[in-house]
Amino acid sequence: MGSALDLSRWQFGITTIYHFLFVPLTLGTVWFVAMFQTMWHFTGKEIYLKLTKFFGKLFLINFAMGVVTGIVQEFQFGMNWSEYSRFVGDVFGAPLAMEGLLAFFLESTFLGLWIFGWDRLPKKLHLATIWAAAVGTMLSAYFILAANAWMQHPVGYEIDPATGRAVLNDIGAVLFQNTAVMAFLHTMTASFMVSGAAVAAVGAWFLTKNRQVDVFRPAMKAGAVVTLVAAVGVSITGDLFSKIMVEQQPMKMAAAEALYDTQEDAPFSVLTIGDVTGDSATPIIEVPGLLSFLSTGDFNATVEGINDLQAAYEAQYGPGDYVPYVPVTYWSFRLMIGVGMLAAAWALWALWRYRRGRNPQGTGPVSRAFGIATPLIVLAPLAASTFGWIFTEMGRQPWVVFGEQLTADAVSPLLTTTEVWISLIGFTLVYAILAVIEVALLLKYIKQGAPEQVVADPYEEAAKQADEDKQLYFAY
Amino acid sequence: MDLVTIWFILIAVLWIGYFVLDGFDLGVGVLMPFIGKDDLRRRVMVNTIGPVWDGNEVWLLVAGGATFAAFPLWYATMFSGFYLALFVLLLALIIRGVAFEYRGKRDSQAWRDRWDKAIFVGSAVPALLFGVAFGNVIGGSPIAPLEGTTADNASNLNFVGNFFDLLNPYALLMGVMTLTIFTTHGAIFLMLKTRGEVRAAARTAALRVGLVAAVAAVATLLWTQAFSERVSITLPMALVAAVLWIGALWMVLKGRDGWAFSLSAGTILVAVASLFVGLFPNVMLSSIDPAFNLTVTNASSQEYTLTIMTWVAVIMTPIVLAYQGWTYWVFRKRISTSMIPPQPSAGRADDRFAATK
Repeated sequence: MGSALDLSRWQFGITTIYHFLFVPLTLGTVWFVAMFQTMWHFTGKEIYLKLTKFFGKLFLINFAMGVVTGIVQEFQFGMNWSEYSRFVGDVFGAPLAMEGLLAFFLESTFLGLWIFGWDRLPKKLHLATIWAAAVGTMLSAYFILAANAWMQHPVGYEIDPATGRAVLNDIGAVLFQNTAVMAFLHTMTASFMVSGAAVAAVGAWFLTKNRQVDVFRPAMKAGAVVTLVAAVGVSITGDLFSKIMVEQQPMKMAAAEALYDTQEDAPFSVLTIGDVTGDSATPIIEVPGLLSFLSTGDFNATVEGINDLQAAYEAQYGPGDYVPYVPVTYWSFRLMIGVGMLAAAWALWALWRYRRGRNPQGTGPVSRAFGIATPLIVLAPLAASTFGWIFTEMGRQPWVVFGEQLTADAVSPLLTTTEVWISLIGFTLVYAILAVIEVALLLKYIKQGAPEQVVADPYEEAAKQADEDKQLYFAY
Repeated sequence: MDLVTIWFILIAVLWIGYFVLDGFDLGVGVLMPFIGKDDLRRRVMVNTIGPVWDGNEVWLLVAGGATFAAFPLWYATMFSGFYLALFVLLLALIIRGVAFEYRGKRDSQAWRDRWDKAIFVGSAVPALLFGVAFGNVIGGSPIAPLEGTTADNASNLNFVGNFFDLLNPYALLMGVMTLTIFTTHGAIFLMLKTRGEVRAAARTAALRVGLVAAVAAVATLLWTQAFSERVSITLPMALVAAVLWIGALWMVLKGRDGWAFSLSAGTILVAVASLFVGLFPNVMLSSIDPAFNLTVTNASSQEYTLTIMTWVAVIMTPIVLAYQGWTYWVFRKRISTSMIPPQPSAGRADDRFAATK
């Protein structure tokens, strides 16, 4: 069943979505850990060290999964998509190699120093290592998003007539085009929502249990505030991003709205019943003019519909079907926005509930609802970020590089279905097992709570002991 | 020197860096069941490489990424052609990486035993497969243009064989070489980084596996001369590698850990360099027709990309080497079983000093 192309697409989808569950959590949480440690450094308040240790451990459990699933990503381009790799290597390989040299080395080396360095490095230097790792993770995000942005909106290249391959001619354009910058800002703010909600929910969970309240109240607050600020950021960047997309990938935005016919003062449909794959959808809630406004900033502007764009693309690229699968784009776009904003609503709720030192331990329906919502809310921004990626990648179809290479032409030509079945099943099974293990470990270490006692300065303590056989402060 | 040559050298440097560094931590993983008789010893072993293994593995990612950027056709042909082998390699690296972080996270012997198996398999399989992969690059593999196309455009060149073509005698021998060399290299690293019982066991292992490695390496490197573009250079290099290896084992015997490690690192450096010297200007040999070889010219990116990447590499590589080197300095102290604190998951406090107060 299935062609090597279809199976490879499933494999790329599964492994990438899986990888990107750990990534946003890493991207945001490392800043929380670094901030807590910095607060400890400058205020000397023990709770910040406890929070550093507590969230540091959760961060590392998660980071390990991000690292190992990331290796698969780099290999897969060549393994399953060799025609893509041949076509784009000259352009796409550069940010990938830069990511390795500038980012991967930085984050992995300095995290090693941070994990094992508590008693080997003076306090200040040890603090610097977590910041170096944080910068590394962010650089990594930038380079890979610039590479992805080039697939969405290729710039700074020409096609070599002799080989038919893309050739880079402007690295600045590739690295700093507005699509790349906006994708980075949108992804980073989304990542802060993911980890903000996670930190806040963990903190709030301890408050509902009335455990280690002095430690976890600041965590809840910090997490909730970050979630709210990030929610504003993600909305602004999302709005700017969609305006860029209307210009660069109008088909994707038309498919996001299931807008089949070109319209002036186009409405934004909130919900639709029935089939969105037909020539026109049947919206049940619409806001007139809003789509025009969201697309261009003008309520009366014309928004191009799928049918006109299809005709224009046929004229430009030859006969073919240039329409992405509309039900996926339409619903993933709405779910991204809707589910994501649940986290912001919950964050407001949490801040209000615990305002000015309150810690209600009631058993009424509100308290019960909060108790149920709190662990679940962690999933909301994570799901939203997943829907965002499904939207942007599925919305680019049938292209792998917009306007230049079709996904169908990108697959490795001699790859057999048997080979892809083996790897698809293998990755999925191993990933599923690891997911169970990782979640179990995270829950275990959350329930364990923050350490009751912490050593203020392991480096000093270690220096006091002269014997050669002194115990290590930390060991695997 | 032209840019493609510089990039060929840089790719060689990245692979040498990878094999010298990750080589020893793969080796330590292979030795887990043999030297790690009890949990305490296994923890000593894991902790010698704990702070550095991830940074070492990045050399592989950068070698992959740099090949993609500088020689896209090499990357595309090799990665798609070696599909199942790389799939197995990836699974091995996945379970291995997670195992280091997770093995101490539950206080259960069965849990730790399972992760220790993952570390062993996750280290032995890559140590073997890297050799097999290199054997197929250097000894040649079935590469030809796709049906109905010609080799005039190198984009048409693909690996046309199957998984079992990769398991040819030369490649398998190369696999045995990398497996045994890395295991010995890992044992010597353990000698350098430990004291007491672990160090004694590592010394025995280094000598035993080292001798097997010597035989495998001599056989492989001699066979390699059959594919070499310039035997007059690569044969002497192979001899130098052999002499360095004998020196390394001699230093093991004399208990001079530092020298032994430098010499085994030197062996890997010279041996891998000799493979690349013999390969140039090709990057992948076709066992079907030399006209189908991928070369630094027909597989490379264009000048603009290579120039930019040269600047990035020339600036970043020394910086990376400096901070990675510093990491080794920070963690220079030897570890012994008496220094291992109680299992971190055993109590709420990972804080030993606090716990003992």
